[in-house]
Amino acid sequence: MKMRGMFHSRELLKEWLIEKLIWICGISAIFFVFGIFFFVFREGADYLLRGFHIREFFTSIEWYPTSRTQVRYGALALITGTFSVTLLAMFIAVPFGLGTAIFISEFCSPRAREALKIIIELLAAIPSVVWGFIGLTVMNSLIIHLFNAPLGLNVLNGGIILALMSVPIIVSIGEDALKAVPESYREAATALGCTRWQMTFRVLLPAARNGLLAAVLLGVGRAAGETMAVLMATGHSIRIPGGVLEPVRTLTATIAAELGEAPVHSDHYQVLFIIGILLFSITFIVNLTADLVVRGIRKK
Amino acid sequence: MVSAAVKIDVRDLHVYYGHKEALKGISFDVRANEVFGIIGPAQSGKTTLLRVINRTLEFVAEARYKGQVRVDQEDIRQVRNVFELRRKIGMVAPLPVGLPLTIYDNVAFAPRMAGIRNREELDSRVEQCLRQAALWDEVKDRLNTLGTRLSGGQQQRLTIARALSHQPEILCLDEFSIAIDPVTTMRIEEVLKELCRSMTIILVTNLVQQARRLANRTMFLFEGEIVELDDTEVIFSDHPAQQKTYDYVNGIFG
Repeated sequence: MKMRGMFHSRELLKEWLIEKLIWICGISAIFFVFGIFFFVFREGADYLLRGFHIREFFTSIEWYPTSRTQVRYGALALITGTFSVTLLAMFIAVPFGLGTAIFISEFCSPRAREALKIIIELLAAIPSVVWGFIGLTVMNSLIIHLFNAPLGLNVLNGGIILALMSVPIIVSIGEDALKAVPESYREAATALGCTRWQMTFRVLLPAARNGLLAAVLLGVGRAAGETMAVLMATGHSIRIPGGVLEPVRTLTATIAAELGEAPVHSDHYQVLFIIGILLFSITFIVNLTADLVVRGIRKK
Repeated sequence: MVSAAVKIDVRDLHVYYGHKEALKGISFDVRANEVFGIIGPAQSGKTTLLRVINRTLEFVAEARYKGQVRVDQEDIRQVRNVFELRRKIGMVAPLPVGLPLTIYDNVAFAPRMAGIRNREELDSRVEQCLRQAALWDEVKDRLNTLGTRLSGGQQQRLTIARALSHQPEILCLDEFSIAIDPVTTMRIEEVLKELCRSMTIILVTNLVQQARRLANRTMFLFEGEIVELDDTEVIFSDHPAQQKTYDYVNGIFG
């Protein structure tokens, strides 16, 4: 009897332990997100509350963090840099990525599907510095030749590189979303005499739209947050671009390039962390919007 | 029997799923404007047969078939436009598949694909089909809610309305009444009796009495073979040609 009781309580202990372990895994994501936000905020908070010119930050293009006489922290050019490169990247990557996802999921033979998926996964595994290298060498000379531009490191170069980096994400998440549409929908649509394209367009895309939206937004997140490749491919010049053939600098590239040189806890250092807060807020807003859109769709 | 014109002609049809033979060389024909009943226990190949006719069997990776199936004298494997063939055939599956669209859009789906854009024409087509499926009164005030919000039986009637929406020449009903209450079932059966003036109906059913009520002729399939095919009165009489048929329709085995 006693043995059995012990066994029983050990069983319960094990159950309790596993339950707690899983619980910790589950809530750790919340913990990390708030932790990161807290530390980034703490590093920038002092200057943010003390002497930060919020208007200058958002409206001025004068970014002179190391000037001796006239220190300026105007991030407008950096913000437009990030937006222009991301926008161009999405302009290329969304149709291309969704098209590839539709092709892989609906139109190609099983063997081609397997091959394509492996290749696309390989594409996703290329380190961003290698992409930057391609931008710096291959794309650079290509753009100079094709567009007769004085310099090949510009919005177009960065946009294409970012597009190529986001496509694998959009493809693999988008393909999952399409595969998750029940087979019965396909059968029902087919029985109604749909061609494959009609079925894809009228049934699968509406049914998978939440997943496809998630795929696109993850692509946006990837593009907006990417640092190394854009640092190498965009020319790193602070200005508001007048066209795709002009060089820009992005928020992320600025942090990467300058943080190492800024004295710890100096104003410059803290402003770079404020840029970090801004990037954090952008991704937060993108995700929140996506969530609200998806909920809105579901309610209908 | 209104007309003896042959609508569907099946000759020596074999279907294999991998190594398993699901239909073992069956031959029969379905006449235009008749209600053709198919009865038989589970796994006898009824659904497979329907999938051969609208050529959706080819989406099953393992499946192969040989033999000849002709719809309107045309070999279905040689039709130039398989989508046109499928549009000729309305298919109602045993478990309702509401497309993730509104009730209205579910029914208007096929007409829209056929190029009908006129709102009034679509409206009247949708209403007519929903009435024929005995669903109109229940949903007329909420045509813009999602079809998947309906109850199981209502969804099933929605799929019937959808199958009628492209005005098929052949309507295949695969155990349509599984999820529908008896009263509604009777209403739909009345509609089917009307419909067979303008189309040919293939009725696969587990309820032998339903075949008895509706079908002009009835085929008894068992383990991939035709046990007996004859006028419904003969199949349900006291003396069908096969003892097995008598046993099955009277619930002695199966």
